[in-house]
Amino acid sequence: MTLPAPQPFRTGDAPLPEIIILTHKLTREYDMGGEVVRALQGVSLQIKHNEYVAVMGPSGSGKSTLMNLIGCLDTPTSGEYWLNSQQVSELDDDALARIRNKEIGFVFQTFNLLPRATALHNVELPLIYAGLGARERRDRAAQALERVGLGDRMAHRPNELSGGQRQRVAIARALVNRPSILLADEPTGNLDSTTSGEIMGVFRTLHGEGQTIVMVTHEHDIAAHAARVVTLRDGVIATDQRRAA
Amino acid sequence: MPVLEAFRLALLTIRAQKLKSGFSLIGVFIGVASLIGAWSIVNGVNRYMTVKFAQTLYGVNTFQLRRRPMFAANVPDSVWRAWRRRPRIKFGDAEAVTAAISGPVVTAWASDENVSVFYGNKEARDIQLTAASERYFDIKNLRIAAGRAFTAQENRSGVPVAVLGEAVAKRLFSDRNPLNHSVRIGGIGYRVIGVVEHQGSLLDFPLDRFVVVPAQSPAQSLVNPPGVLDALLVKAPSEEAMRDAIQEAEGVMRGRRHLRPTQDNNFVLETSEGVQRFWAGINRILMVVLPGVVIVSLVIGGVVIMNIMLMSVTERTREIGLRKSLGARRRDVLRQFLAESAAIASVGAGFGILAGVGLTVLINAVSPLPAKLSPASVVLGVLMGTGVGVVAGVYPASRAARLDPIAALRQE
Ligand SMILES: Nc1ncnc2c1ncn2[C@@H]1O[C@H](COP(=O)(O)OP(=O)(O)OP(=O)(O)O)[C@@H](O)[C@H]1O
Ligand SMILES: [Mg+2]
Repeated sequence: MTLPAPQPFRTGDAPLPEIIILTHKLTREYDMGGEVVRALQGVSLQIKHNEYVAVMGPSGSGKSTLMNLIGCLDTPTSGEYWLNSQQVSELDDDALARIRNKEIGFVFQTFNLLPRATALHNVELPLIYAGLGARERRDRAAQALERVGLGDRMAHRPNELSGGQRQRVAIARALVNRPSILLADEPTGNLDSTTSGEIMGVFRTLHGEGQTIVMVTHEHDIAAHAARVVTLRDGVIATDQRRAA
Repeated sequence: MPVLEAFRLALLTIRAQKLKSGFSLIGVFIGVASLIGAWSIVNGVNRYMTVKFAQTLYGVNTFQLRRRPMFAANVPDSVWRAWRRRPRIKFGDAEAVTAAISGPVVTAWASDENVSVFYGNKEARDIQLTAASERYFDIKNLRIAAGRAFTAQENRSGVPVAVLGEAVAKRLFSDRNPLNHSVRIGGIGYRVIGVVEHQGSLLDFPLDRFVVVPAQSPAQSLVNPPGVLDALLVKAPSEEAMRDAIQEAEGVMRGRRHLRPTQDNNFVLETSEGVQRFWAGINRILMVVLPGVVIVSLVIGGVVIMNIMLMSVTERTREIGLRKSLGARRRDVLRQFLAESAAIASVGAGFGILAGVGLTVLINAVSPLPAKLSPASVVLGVLMGTGVGVVAGVYPASRAARLDPIAALRQE
């Protein structure tokens, strides 16, 4: 079914507390030596606590661009972005780094683990930047690894792990700081269907535990795990559908 | 990220990239090793000069009246020729100066020549023959190990007796007792009345190859023309007394030489300061050359480290992007790379210190130079080494810190 029209939002308002993510007429343009690429052309989106959203759309439609903006890795050309009732489009570099550290857990298609570090150390990384002491870091990283079923692989390096295991290490890393949103840009893009199923299982569990998840995917059967599917086309939202529970 | 954490990370990275890190250590390694090694030499020779050299050759609070300085560095030919034209020191000069000094000083005459000394069919070559008066032994701190020194009476009457340096006694007599045997110098027999204690060596120069005979003995004709001596040695009880004595001696000598007030002395009153000035001259040269070498190698070391770090930043762009995406702030990345280059340089400095200390030990073992490790050079080595690392790391680290996380992550 199609969602009811989103709550009207006007510049200057603050979003309701249950809205974790709110974008308002978000645009992102790339200046390619005179030619301007409009990757996003006014995306307005609201995501509530504990929603599980899949973002779909053809290649080049702006999915990754949107994810990077939501993940505070990038700043919009215009528009507003509110995260947890805080307008991040106005924050400085250090504040953004802090939000990436505390509020956001990012899972990448290519895992992005440090190849020389153990699974445990990889998961510890966000905690280092959070300023935690060594012992607490280790404990929490170990817990996070156990949560994704890798309690017995902590001392392994990425090249000693399967693709699915690597992605689970990356998920543990994304979760270790207890972020308010888990962002995943094609998390199963490099995995076979069985392993993809495992990862979706992990996501389902996390969602069940109250985790808010936004995930980009090309595959309909992956998107089917989400309760809501947002489709982008040419930098704008084409459809926004919620599956009946 | 705390500094300690950054350092731990840096050491891990260095360990993982041994070869590259080893390469980048070299400049700082050489810089610090040469700093410490050369400093040890300067330090050691310095101590040697001020303590042993000056005291051995002069004695404390002692000056010498001579025709020209015994030690001089970089003397132009013209000066050298002028020195050779100066009148020699006469017996009469020595007597007049001795008489004119009012303070309680000890004086001795001394003239040197290189000779061979014979006993039976044995020959000791290249021996320093000193024709001296009896107080020479006191002034030079030469203690008699066996027998005795000659007396004032023997000196005045020119009795042909000899006091041998230890090496001469060994060479001519092996283990036998040389006392009362007769050695020949310049064809004349001298009865051995004493042997001086072992003196060791100064730099590479042995101090036991000498014979001392009375100034007025027949040996006078070997060392100088009649009535001439090389030096009058004057030892005062204190530095102040020495200064006074020098002034009195200068007055007397200028009078005897009929020098007008505008004319320079045509003699020298040399103290151990003169020797030290000679050393200071050499020291100054070292002090220009040494920092040059050190600075050049540290700069090279810094450039190498900077390049390695730039390479490292490029290679690890993805890692940097990832760290930023996980919450690393600019200053965290900056600190990580600064710590890494400082750690590389510190490790280089650490090895440099080991090598410098080893060098010091080695120099002492195989060369005549007396090297002595200076703690200051070790501290300076560590500071400079690490400093070079930090300075060399600033540019690469700030490049890393400014990387855009998305662009960095997207890089293959
Ligand atoms: N750094 C950049 N510089 C210039 N153009 C860019 C940049 N990043 C993205 N774009 C452009 O923006 C548009 C959207 O890109 P984006 O990566 O968001 O697409 P996507 O939906 O994630 O595609 P895919 O499914 O292939 O990952 C594309 O036309 C792309 O070429
Ligand atoms: Mg994409």
